[in-house]
Amino acid sequence: MNARQGFIGQSVVRREDGRFLTGRGQYTDDITLPGQTYAVFLRSPHAHAKISSVNTAAAAKAPGVIAIYTGEHFRAVGGLPCGWLINSMDGSPMKEPKHPVLADGKVRYVGDRVALVVAETLEQAKAARDLIEVDYEVLPAVIDLATVNQAAAAVHDEAPDNRCYLWQIGDKEGVDAAFATAAHVSKLTFRNNRLVPNAIEPRAANASYNPASDEYTLYVANQNPHVERLLMCAFVLGIPEHKMRVVAPDVGGGFGSKIFLYGEETALVWASKQVKRPIKWTAERSEAFLSDAHGRDHLTTAELALDKDGRFTGFRVNTTANLGAYLSTFSSAVPTILYATLLAGQYTTPKIVCTVNAVFTNTAPVDAYRGAGRPEATYTVERIVETAARELGIDPAELRRRNFIRSFPYATPVGLTYDTGDYDATMNRAVELADVAGFEARRKASEAKGLKRGIGYSAYIEACGIAPSSVAGALGARAGLFEAGEVRVHPTGKVTIFTGSHSHGQGHETTFAQVVADRLGIPLEDVSIEHGDTGKILFGMGTYGSRSLAVGGTAIVKALDKVIAKGKKIAAHLMEAADTDVVFENGVFKVEGTDKNVPFASVALTAYVPHNFPHDKLEPGLNENAFYDPSNFTYPAGAYVCEVEVDPATGTVRIDRFTACDDFGNVINPMIVEGQVHGGLVQGLGQALLENCVYDPESGQLLSGSYMDYAMPRADDMPHFTVETVKGTPCTHNPLGVKGCGEAGAIGSPPALINAICHALGVKDVPMPASPYNVWKAAQAAA
Amino acid sequence: MALLTLTVNGTSVSREVAPGTLLSDFIREHLRLTGTHVGCDTGQCGACTVHLDGRAVKSCSMLAAQAEGRSLTTIEGIAGADGAMHPMQVAFNQCHGLQCGFCTPGMVMSAIDLVQHHDCSSEAQVREGLEGNFCRCTGYQNIVKAVQQGAKAMA
Repeated sequence: MNARQGFIGQSVVRREDGRFLTGRGQYTDDITLPGQTYAVFLRSPHAHAKISSVNTAAAAKAPGVIAIYTGEHFRAVGGLPCGWLINSMDGSPMKEPKHPVLADGKVRYVGDRVALVVAETLEQAKAARDLIEVDYEVLPAVIDLATVNQAAAAVHDEAPDNRCYLWQIGDKEGVDAAFATAAHVSKLTFRNNRLVPNAIEPRAANASYNPASDEYTLYVANQNPHVERLLMCAFVLGIPEHKMRVVAPDVGGGFGSKIFLYGEETALVWASKQVKRPIKWTAERSEAFLSDAHGRDHLTTAELALDKDGRFTGFRVNTTANLGAYLSTFSSAVPTILYATLLAGQYTTPKIVCTVNAVFTNTAPVDAYRGAGRPEATYTVERIVETAARELGIDPAELRRRNFIRSFPYATPVGLTYDTGDYDATMNRAVELADVAGFEARRKASEAKGLKRGIGYSAYIEACGIAPSSVAGALGARAGLFEAGEVRVHPTGKVTIFTGSHSHGQGHETTFAQVVADRLGIPLEDVSIEHGDTGKILFGMGTYGSRSLAVGGTAIVKALDKVIAKGKKIAAHLMEAADTDVVFENGVFKVEGTDKNVPFASVALTAYVPHNFPHDKLEPGLNENAFYDPSNFTYPAGAYVCEVEVDPATGTVRIDRFTACDDFGNVINPMIVEGQVHGGLVQGLGQALLENCVYDPESGQLLSGSYMDYAMPRADDMPHFTVETVKGTPCTHNPLGVKGCGEAGAIGSPPALINAICHALGVKDVPMPASPYNVWKAAQAAA
Repeated sequence: MALLTLTVNGTSVSREVAPGTLLSDFIREHLRLTGTHVGCDTGQCGACTVHLDGRAVKSCSMLAAQAEGRSLTTIEGIAGADGAMHPMQVAFNQCHGLQCGFCTPGMVMSAIDLVQHHDCSSEAQVREGLEGNFCRCTGYQNIVKAVQQGAKAMA
């Protein structure tokens, strides 16, 4: 009885699965409210055009139409804010043109919102939308990244050269000096291809207004309901925050795309007060392609200087980052703070400089997508390192080992301090698991079949657990980045946890409950986890950047510490002992050195039925909350090895084996962690092998606007992964010792695959995605 | 409007529907069985997969009227008479074959059909059989494992 539960480190099957497996999940589109109306958006068919006129007269008379709104209705409200200020090298702030809720006067990408139609049924809303007449004066579209600063047109008048900012980090002179004395220099120019996040649940919202209480309720597919509420209330609509409830119910995947405040739900909230009925909108997939914030889209030149022993001495990176037509919520931070600060990778490179030219184009806004800047950094580092290894004839794993950081804490030349890590451990284990020793035999077997086999490596690092607010603030963040948690102990000793983290697939209802049950020594069934509702949760910054357990979990632990501390005082009173003599072990308060003890549930009951209670020292009740602001980022790291077989005649690539070896620090639920790695790997390998978001360079039309055109990874595109989490180096600055695991796979895998294909073909570069055509072209050029 | 009569999860149902109503909309909006999801508009993602006369179909790609007189089973209708989960549902839970849960109902319905009507003895066969269902979260590996385990439990 009351034995230590030992939930930490156990692969507990997920408690949330039941409702999803039986069709009882409640996603936003599943919610239909009394008096429900339905909305559609009229979207721009042009990449760049002046709106000469919008005529809604005929549409307004169509059956079932309740209201139609256009840009002019939103002139009085604010634009959608950007949460991170980046300053250019010359000290000037980034250009921040207004991002209107509905386009006003101009449209700036195909899919830009022009009008909102509200009707009794979805069919009526769609029919009325077809009756809206818009006169456009089409303007030249700015699409091509290589020429964007010299384009004939400007996306915004405020930025005539289409530049949002020109930012730099690092020591330019030091890097120049390193290159001047380098024994070898490797150089690559490549595109980090643009991606569409493609959560399988499309974005959706259902907004209502209650005139009796003057309160709004918004159900929305979102990763951070409090942030959504804060941004919408304080920066756009001016609604008092306490008059707005945002609920992010079951959410069908996010991957970053549901972090942001979008115009759609903002327009719905505003309109719900006008029509005084609930309004529901659910994106069709084609709309999601057009209007979800996209990811990646960098054009980068990287140069690495090495000395005669193969040690990295200087690293110079120039990146043009596509921000799209408007600044999305965190877009400005992605190619700067979340990218360039990771360019040291796992290496001791002493001098690094990175210059980022962030630009506007007539494409959908670009923002954080699984990994957010860190995949782009890892791709840059790990492609150039592997290129140098191949050019110098040094084994790529060996070249990496020569440059690994081995002394911690380690301050990089690009602003971060890694607290701990063991990069040899993950590399050595990955090499072993991947049977690198047997590669040559497998290569010969492939050769006998007329196929080319290659092996590629990647040693990634990421900064997770975002973030120390003070550091983020110094770097331009306009928000804090802590997390909040509340522990409500009920009189019977059952516990409800309220967390500001949001689960949209991560399994918090299981992992967080494991942490709580373990700390309190109570059964898992006695713990429930509440999230995703500003009406229930005290506050929250939400889930992104692999931060939930490291930051949100720690906030819960801090609140649990307070519960236990108060519990000790209550128990001391009950046992007539000194507070300081009471210990809490395995769910029982004990007086050290005696057999006196009181179980947790009895203390809970005493807190709520305080007949015999130290009223002179304590308030009744057992309910504590905590806010946790980390003192540093966490630094998950690992080594990935990919082996491919390429048919040079057709350019088809088969991933023969893929080995991932990660250090996530301590692991609460290995099964869930492994699942996160699997998912990340397929998104990363999807980027490298299949996925590509393409706009027509002249017209700006989205050419990859459906699942018929955008190659989503399917089950039979992917190999069976070998995934192992090493014992690892626990994070030194959070009590759980956890680092975060959600993005690792997507960060580490793309360069491993491209490195393997380059090795197979003996070429320097193959563009992502490594489609048969791209690979065939590279093979032809090499032949 | 036309009267549509069919069997839904074992119960006879009659509803007036417009001729252009998609089966997926009929299930979600008319019957309020919201376990069947719609994830795309081109018949690619498979989130809307249901069983019609025991075979998996993508309910977004057919009209409700085409189900006239037939037997429709949705994710809400595969549990045992005692309410116990179907062996495939159990396998998905045990193998961590789901994360956000949005693709899951369609994935489970496809998996049951796959196991009942196709040879699933190899991992490659399972992967090929799941080609019509997208999952963005799991990377498929644990779904494949779940289908194999579910197949054993159903045998």
